[in-house]
Amino acid sequence: MISKEQVTHVADLARLEFDEAQLNNFTTQLDKIVDFVDQLNEVDTTGIEPTTHVTSAVNVFRDDVPQKGEGRAALLKNVPEERDGLIRVPAIIDKEED
Amino acid sequence: MVDYFNEDITSLHDKLVRKEISVRQLVEATYDYIDKTEGKVNAFITLNKEAALKQADALDEKGVDPDNLLSGIPLGIKDNIVTKGLKTTAASHILDNFMPVYNATVMDKLDALDTITVGKTNMDEFAMGGSTETSYFGKTHNPWNLDKVPGGSSGGSAAAVAAGEVIAALGTDTGGSIRQPAAFNGIFGIKPTYGRVSRWGLMAFGSSLDQIGVMSRTIKDSALVLNAISGHDEHDGTSAAADVPDFTAALNQDIKGLKIAVPKEYMDEGVDDDVVSAIKAAIATFEKLGATVEEVTLPYTKYAVPAYYIIASSEASSNLQRYDGIRYGFRAKDVNSLKSVYVRSRSEGFGDEVKRRIMLGSFSLSAGYYDAYFKKAAQVRTLVKRDFDQLFEKYDLVLGPTAPTSAFGLGEKITDPVTMYLNDILTIPANLAGIPAASVPAGFSKDGLPIGVQLMAKALDEATIFKAADAFERHTDFHNQVPAFKGGQN
Repeated sequence: MISKEQVTHVADLARLEFDEAQLNNFTTQLDKIVDFVDQLNEVDTTGIEPTTHVTSAVNVFRDDVPQKGEGRAALLKNVPEERDGLIRVPAIIDKEED
Repeated sequence: MVDYFNEDITSLHDKLVRKEISVRQLVEATYDYIDKTEGKVNAFITLNKEAALKQADALDEKGVDPDNLLSGIPLGIKDNIVTKGLKTTAASHILDNFMPVYNATVMDKLDALDTITVGKTNMDEFAMGGSTETSYFGKTHNPWNLDKVPGGSSGGSAAAVAAGEVIAALGTDTGGSIRQPAAFNGIFGIKPTYGRVSRWGLMAFGSSLDQIGVMSRTIKDSALVLNAISGHDEHDGTSAAADVPDFTAALNQDIKGLKIAVPKEYMDEGVDDDVVSAIKAAIATFEKLGATVEEVTLPYTKYAVPAYYIIASSEASSNLQRYDGIRYGFRAKDVNSLKSVYVRSRSEGFGDEVKRRIMLGSFSLSAGYYDAYFKKAAQVRTLVKRDFDQLFEKYDLVLGPTAPTSAFGLGEKITDPVTMYLNDILTIPANLAGIPAASVPAGFSKDGLPIGVQLMAKALDEATIFKAADAFERHTDFHNQVPAFKGGQN
């Protein structure tokens, strides 16, 4: 069983928040989904290596050569709040924050 | 003047080269038709009319290259593939104003061949879903029956092709998102081998699974477009260094002696009778054409769905961390701390299905649960892949239905995530194994909805899929049927 406390904890890890109604809804749904994925416990995976990717590539490197980027003006076009060519954000150091 | 139901890329190309029509006339006819059908279908999020007409004029001036079949051909592009200067949203509120500053590699390749981007097609938000109902920009309707879903997540691309709005479209497939909508819309759709097509510029969902592919009414058109977009790319470390064959060389071949395996799990209970009948008829056609078909077993099929949902959601929870409201995308109003910019922008910007996947993924990766969930799923993935490896030692193709049902009703499954997830059971295994797979039109249900037969081959062997699919297409007439646009009074 997934508890509301667990859901709240995971939501915090994922930087999401839910109101009470959403929390109840997500807890019920996630409980069902976790219950569904728990059927993997029927499979004996003793000694089986996990597969995290399916290519045979190991580490793919490129030469460390400087390349031209898109440019500051282009990159700033999508910034939600901008001032003087900089990205504007709320105070980062805030005594009330953890 | 131009009716995509009676054309393919080659016939359009001939008309353009002979100057029977100009590129401008072709593009104008495309938008005129879209104006008439979009009210019913809603396949596009963004149309690119002004730029497309400008490009058409430039091409008419320069002249269509008689050696380049794709020159001046209008295409639909799924809205999770970034297009420089053309809004790209992934069907999400969090990116509803996002203007890419660079092109995906597939777009650079298509641009170099002078294809014309008609617009960006609708999809499930961040490609998470099997019905295109999770889009922030409204639902897409299935042209065969407007009360049914087009499937998903590439539902807009599939519906646009099936409705005759474009001749072909790009889609993406993480767990069946090209093949299932292709099946639901009565068209061809191919997910190539993982690594065959560069994902540079594809908005990442499940990075070990995502692949870009093609959807079209004819198999040859998909072969032509796949030829154009395949190949190694230094911008994508997972792209395959292997040579790309000319996929059209696989067409018009004899399939005598082709060895096909049909897993009994793919024809099991849970698969509709109509679908089973259509697949059995397809098997009979392949046998008539000289292929040998044998029943085999893929015992881990049932576990592919739960393994996939853990793996894809874990990768998604990591990939979607970048949407934080700082550098691009939606930022929540009236927030006074950095953490609340993150939390509020994400909570207001993402839809429920995306949040569910992020939550499942974060849970599966979190301290104390990693071994029981993520690692376990990755081990089961090994078993699924091993089963396919063994089959491909003996067989050229694995065949089964693409989806257990034909298109379901709008609103029918959206409230029950697990039921929706189970609809992907027959497409997910190919993504877990990284192998190429396609859906080919194979018949209709009793109520007139399309059914697809799925063909899977070993890694980098798309050619065998094209060869078999083309032989099947030449001996059947399903791909020539035209949708009825019925229903839709709601």
